[in-house]
Formats: sequence, C-alpha cells, structure tokens
Amino acid sequence: MANIISDETIEYVGILAKLELSDDEKEKAKSDMGRMLDYIDMLNQLDTSSVEPMSHIFPVNNVFREDVVVNGDDRENILANAPEEKDGTFVVPKTVD
Amino acid sequence: MKDYEVVIGLEVHVELATKTKIFCSCSTEFGGAPNTHTCPVCTGMPGSLPVLNKQVVEYATAVGLATNCTITQNCKFDRKNYFYPDNPQNYQISQLYLPICRDGYVEIETEEGTKKVRIHEIHMEEDAGKLVHDDWTDCSLVDFNRSGVPLIEIVSEPDMRSADEVIAYLEKLRLIIQYLGASDCKLNEGSMRADVNLSVREKGSSEFGTRTETKNLNSFKAIARAIENETNSQIDLLESGEEVVQETRRWDDTKEYSYAMRSKEDAQDYRYFPDPDLVPINISDEWLEKIRSAQPEFRDEKRARYVEEYKIPQYDADIITLYKPLADLFEDAVKEGSSPKEASNWLMGETMRIVKDKNIEPDQVKLEGSAFSAFLKLIQDGVINKTVAKEVFEAIFDGGVDPVAYVEEHGLKMDNDTDGLKKIIEEIIEKNPKAVADYQAGNKKAAGAIVGQTMKATQGKANPQMINQIISELLD
Repeated sequence: MANIISDETIEYVGILAKLELSDDEKEKAKSDMGRMLDYIDMLNQLDTSSVEPMSHIFPVNNVFREDVVVNGDDRENILANAPEEKDGTFVVPKTVD
Repeated sequence: MKDYEVVIGLEVHVELATKTKIFCSCSTEFGGAPNTHTCPVCTGMPGSLPVLNKQVVEYATAVGLATNCTITQNCKFDRKNYFYPDNPQNYQISQLYLPICRDGYVEIETEEGTKKVRIHEIHMEEDAGKLVHDDWTDCSLVDFNRSGVPLIEIVSEPDMRSADEVIAYLEKLRLIIQYLGASDCKLNEGSMRADVNLSVREKGSSEFGTRTETKNLNSFKAIARAIENETNSQIDLLESGEEVVQETRRWDDTKEYSYAMRSKEDAQDYRYFPDPDLVPINISDEWLEKIRSAQPEFRDEKRARYVEEYKIPQYDADIITLYKPLADLFEDAVKEGSSPKEASNWLMGETMRIVKDKNIEPDQVKLEGSAFSAFLKLIQDGVINKTVAKEVFEAIFDGGVDPVAYVEEHGLKMDNDTDGLKKIIEEIIEKNPKAVADYQAGNKKAAGAIVGQTMKATQGKANPQMINQIISELLD
C-alpha cells in the first residue's frame, strides 16, 4: 500500500462524517482508505488528455420538471419518519448557531 | 488617525417566484402549517430523486442576462456537505464549479456619477428548512416547508465603498429582478437576503484588509447600521494595533450590535462534488435567445419612455418606475385611455399618502389595474367629483372592490340635475348678498363661498363645473 492515512486524517474524516470510531475501526478505516487512494493513483496513470471531463456517466442532459404543483399535504406520512414530533414539526436536539 | 477606506462585497440570496420547489413538485407558498409542503425529496429521504424545475433555470438565466453576465451554457449542480438540522440531506445542492452566470455587472448612481459594480457569479441552489427553538424544552423544532425553495445567490466583487453604494446596488438588483418577475425581493420577508463582506484598509492601499461577513440583515436600515458599526469596530481594532479576525458575525438590529457566529479558523470543509442525482444542464443558443427576447422593458428604459411618450414630469417617472406594481398600474390605466398625468397624480399623491399611513412599502400595493382604470374613467366621465374620488380611491385601494359598483351602492354619483342644483344655488345667493356684491364688483374669487356652500348642501356630490356655470349664468 503506497498511501498511508495518518491518525490526524482519520480523526478529521471522523469529525466531518460525525462518526465516532473505536481504535480497531480507525485502523481498519485507515487501511481501506489507503487502498482507495492507491486505486485512484492507478487511474491517474491513464492518459486522459483527450477525454472531456464529465460529471455524469450517462450521456443525458436537461431532465426537467414543469413548474406545476403536484404534491399535496403529506405531512402525516413525512412525520412518520421523525424520531419525535411536536406540533407538526420534527423535534431535534437544541441547535443554535 | 489614518485615513481609512471601507471595501464591501455582497452575497445576495434571492428566493425565486416559482410555484414549486427547485427539485420537487411541492408548493413554495409562504405561511403554510409546518411540514404541509413537504415530500420525500425535500425532506431528504433515502432513495428519493431530485428533478430540476425548468423555470428555475429560466429565471436564473434571465437575471444573468439582465446583469450583463456570461451564461454558462453547460452547467451542473454540486453537493455542499455539512450537518445542520435544517438541512435534511446533510448536503445542500448548489453550484460551485460551473455556476450558471459569471462575470457580469450592474451600474449604480453615486455622488461621483455612474459606477459599475461587478458580479463575480450567480448560482442556483436550494433553501434550507426553518428551525424554531423551543424555550421550554431543550430541543429545536424543524419545519421543512422552505426546504428546497429555489434560490439564486448573486456574488459581487468587492467593489462597493460605502453603505450608500451597497444600498444603491441592492436597489438596482431588486428593480431588475422584480421587473423580470423572478422574485418579489422582500428583505423583510426574507425573499431577498444580503450578507455583507467588509474590510477596511488605509486609503490608497491596493491590498485588502482581513474581512468579516455579517449575516441577518433584513432591511436597508439594518444594512446601513451594520456597515457603519462594523467599519468603526474594524478601524478601532487597527488603530489600537490589533488585528481583525476573519469571522462570520450575526447582526442584531434591535441591539444595533453584531456578534461572532463562527470563526473562519474552523472554516468548514464542504467537500463539494458533482451531484450524481442530477444530470448536466445544457442551455442551447436557441433557448438562450428565447429567454433574451422575452426580457421585459427595465426601469431605466421605462423611465425615459414615460417622459418621452406620456409627457409626465421626470420626477413622476422616477417615482412610479421605482416600484413595478406602480408602473403596471400606470400603464394599465393609460392603455385604458386615462390621461397619463391624471393617472400619475393619483399614484404620486393619494397612493403614496395611503402607503405612508398604512406603513407599507409601495410594492405591496394590491390595487388592480382594472379597478384603477375604471376609477379614473369615473372621474374623466364626470360621474364622480374630486372630493368623492378620494373616498372611492381609499375604498378600492386594498383590492377586490369594483369602483363602479362601489359608487352605485354608496350613492356617490355626481349630481347632474341642473334644475335642482339651480334652485339650491339661487337660495344660497339670496342668503349671501355680500359675496354676490363682491363678485359683481369684479372679485371673481368671491364665488368660492357660494361654491363651498353649494357643495355642503349637496353633500359633496354636485358637479363643480356645473356650479360654476350656474353661478356665472345667474350673476354675470
């Protein structure tokens, strides 16, 4: 494995993903991520100078909707997914910027 | 103290006036009960797929063309990743790499003349939900009705040098966007929001100082106050040998004070990448041309045309075109055959007076063009006189009232019964020998007393021209 993921990096990625990893899990994730970067290195060896950059694998563009209201009030179903609800809202831990 | 200069750039978010959200067919209507305008897409349910609203692309392109931007004919959406409870997907769909519009400008009027404010880019994105903090329990409540409402973010270059320039720039954007019908641009209702990036530097320096970003500015007054406040506090820091910290601040307009929200030191790492759920957008030359040819007449052209074509004073044209609803009323009335000056007078006079009394903005006027035209016709045809007209105007002002029916119902038609009126005037003349003597001695103004009493006797419904005519017949 050519790419070595540092402890700081895995710590940082954990924070970004809001995941708390045990020491064992961190080691496993470091090795997985190292291998992923190795694979990217391999792709980077290919000569892509004559290939247009693309953001999508399908040769499709302009998939649009017309601006017409179709959806009605589906609050009951939507709120069925809430861990907790109150007065028609999702209840979450207090979050103030 | 050294001579300082303030450098300001703005990020302006504008909610587009589409009927549905940017990626789903939920209504964008404001004020529904919490979560009644939601679906799996705008609440970020796993497996749901966004589909782009075509109208969003058209509005964004139209705004870009009107602000002299280059349109990115091949553009796409990216994901901006961050966790916050008002953002159900844990990413916001936005545009980083290929924003729909780039490199534009608008011209503003300043004391030193016309100035260009450059626009760095305009991109399309989705709005977040609304968080309400429950004071009684340790929780926040989320309403996703606003989640997925289409926004454009207009990012200027740091070209502004005073609060006045900032306000002139915002007014210019507001007028352009309102004339396009792309948004109602109401700062107080949040359909237009401005974040101010501000730094100070010594006058003449070509380097920028460290900037702060101030959010939560929901009126022109708040913007002006926040700019003054932030400028002074940055100058104070520099004068006392300290450094400005790059951070985001939140303005509290009631306390006239801003406080730090988050420091850019722990700047978020958004890990943007192309959104794989959305296919690229290709705006063909033909489509672009169609949008271009549908551009309306903007304020500057309208203002010039009103003076040229309708011969109303420049001052009137300035005011009427400052608010699209007023310009629409004016044009509807003129189209229906009203005299332009008469229409303009009612918009400049009574309309502004009522707007002030009601403490609303002129662009909140709900009077319909058809009602305004019919109202002016009542005056022109001599059905109502000026005194009664003010009452009728007030009655129709809030919309939904037909002036013709209103006049009929309330018996406000001008009294055109010549014989009846003649009798009344004869009685009044008999009782006012002094006014008659003065009048006949050549003081024509003395007739005013007789006219006044006649109006009083007829409860304001008499035709003033007819009164003058009868007086003249009886006394001259």
